[in-house]
Amino acid sequence: MKYDVIVIGGGPAGMSAGLESARNGSKTLIIERNPYLGGILKQCIHNGFGLHYFKEEFTGPEYAKKFISMVAKEPKLDVMTNTFVTGIDGTNVEIMNENGAGKLTCKALVLAMGCRERTAGNILLTGSRPAGVYTAGEAQRLVNILGKMPGKEVVILGSGDIGLIMARRLTMQGAKVKAVLEINSTTSGLRRNVVQCLDDFGIPLLLNTSIFEVVGKDRVEGVWYGKVDEKYNKLVKTKKFMKCDTIILSVGLVPETDLVDMPLSRVTKSVSVDNYLMTEKDGVFACGNFLHVHDLVDNVSLESAMAGKFASMYAKGKLIKSTAFNLVSGAGISYVIPSKVYNVEDKIQIRFRIKQKVTKTNFVIKNAKGELLAKKYVLASLPGEMQTMEIDGKLIKSDITVSVEGL
Amino acid sequence: MKLICIMCPMGCELTVTKEKNGDVKVSGNTCIRGEVYGKEEVTAPKRMLTALVKTDMGVLPVKTTKPIPKSMVFAVNDEIGKLRLKKAKSGDKIIKNVLNTGADIIVTGDYVQYDL
Repeated sequence: MKYDVIVIGGGPAGMSAGLESARNGSKTLIIERNPYLGGILKQCIHNGFGLHYFKEEFTGPEYAKKFISMVAKEPKLDVMTNTFVTGIDGTNVEIMNENGAGKLTCKALVLAMGCRERTAGNILLTGSRPAGVYTAGEAQRLVNILGKMPGKEVVILGSGDIGLIMARRLTMQGAKVKAVLEINSTTSGLRRNVVQCLDDFGIPLLLNTSIFEVVGKDRVEGVWYGKVDEKYNKLVKTKKFMKCDTIILSVGLVPETDLVDMPLSRVTKSVSVDNYLMTEKDGVFACGNFLHVHDLVDNVSLESAMAGKFASMYAKGKLIKSTAFNLVSGAGISYVIPSKVYNVEDKIQIRFRIKQKVTKTNFVIKNAKGELLAKKYVLASLPGEMQTMEIDGKLIKSDITVSVEGL
Repeated sequence: MKLICIMCPMGCELTVTKEKNGDVKVSGNTCIRGEVYGKEEVTAPKRMLTALVKTDMGVLPVKTTKPIPKSMVFAVNDEIGKLRLKKAKSGDKIIKNVLNTGADIIVTGDYVQYDL
């Protein structure tokens, strides 16, 4: 079977990209390593998904099912589950499944492999190495899919959204969540999750605090923890002991880039793309959490649909490029996607994150001469929230910069 | 009173004030859901509950069909915890009007290892 577009990954990003590619008339294949589509949505049994995309609130499995049904009904879209991609060469894909090793070719490739969680090793968690240390996603899979509890007395390190969600889930399933420790001065999760997952249950959120040492021989027996300064140095005088049998890490996600051979951004830890979401390799597109960690699955679906559409256009030879300019992160911006933009007829969508909390300010896009090209007012915004802006492609005639006004 | 709206991931900062005539006023919201949340949170707070139901083939995710009183969250969770079904599929209504809250409990997902 010959395909115009192949999408690697069958989570929310891959399904959305695959659907949009097929809807644009390209024969498309989604490759997924699990026996099912849906990715991590399947274990996110909490609600809050879909309000932007479907204008209706769903749980993770329900949101996944919406897309799985659309995929099943799409005549130009095939799915290959239980299949690992073992290598990428241009737009050629090496695969491995129950039929053995194989090779697939296509005109355009979409990378939608998502992220992996950072582990105890990634964050250099010190102390002993007993059983009972889990990442938040592992714990979520154990509880919500396999119906097993990771432990009884839990300390959560990191206040990412999955950590906050798991604080509530574990409490509802009968565990005692003693505290959530956050090394920074603000939570990295959404504000609503602090309210409904911690405050509702009286779970303390300890800021500027981290684990100094894991204690326990066979099983976790507790943690030495305490305050850290702004450079994350441990303030040993503040050291205290907390008894627990389980430690859950919610300390960030890293894009799964093992398959790609391209320079990675220091901020997003992933590939760079142009305004068509095409990487520096011709015909290879990227989207979803693989490209940058999103705050909402709705945004993953929207961004990935664009990648699917552009991949389909590329496969038909209809993608128009012109002189390339750089899109640069200015004052107060930690990263912006895309990093390369063309002078085109259409509107260009950009996505970015800010470095620090801002209130009642404008995000501004300016050209090399300092002229204003686009502006967006926000009441309040946190680093965890993804911002989107649109810019008229016709106005792009030099390198452009996005920044927080007045910084 | 300052509140953070939990109706969607935007997390708007609401200011809720009680007027002399007893009316509750909400500002800082960016949609109608925020106004409803602000009013309810100071009078009769409600929450959606998602939980797990045990079946012979493993656990399945469930939810309340509408928000229930916050004070009932643990009681309803225990009610769901008491059940042991043979098997179920997404969309199944497993409890009607749970503990007289007016909400039903429905299954929201299928067995992961068996589908597709």
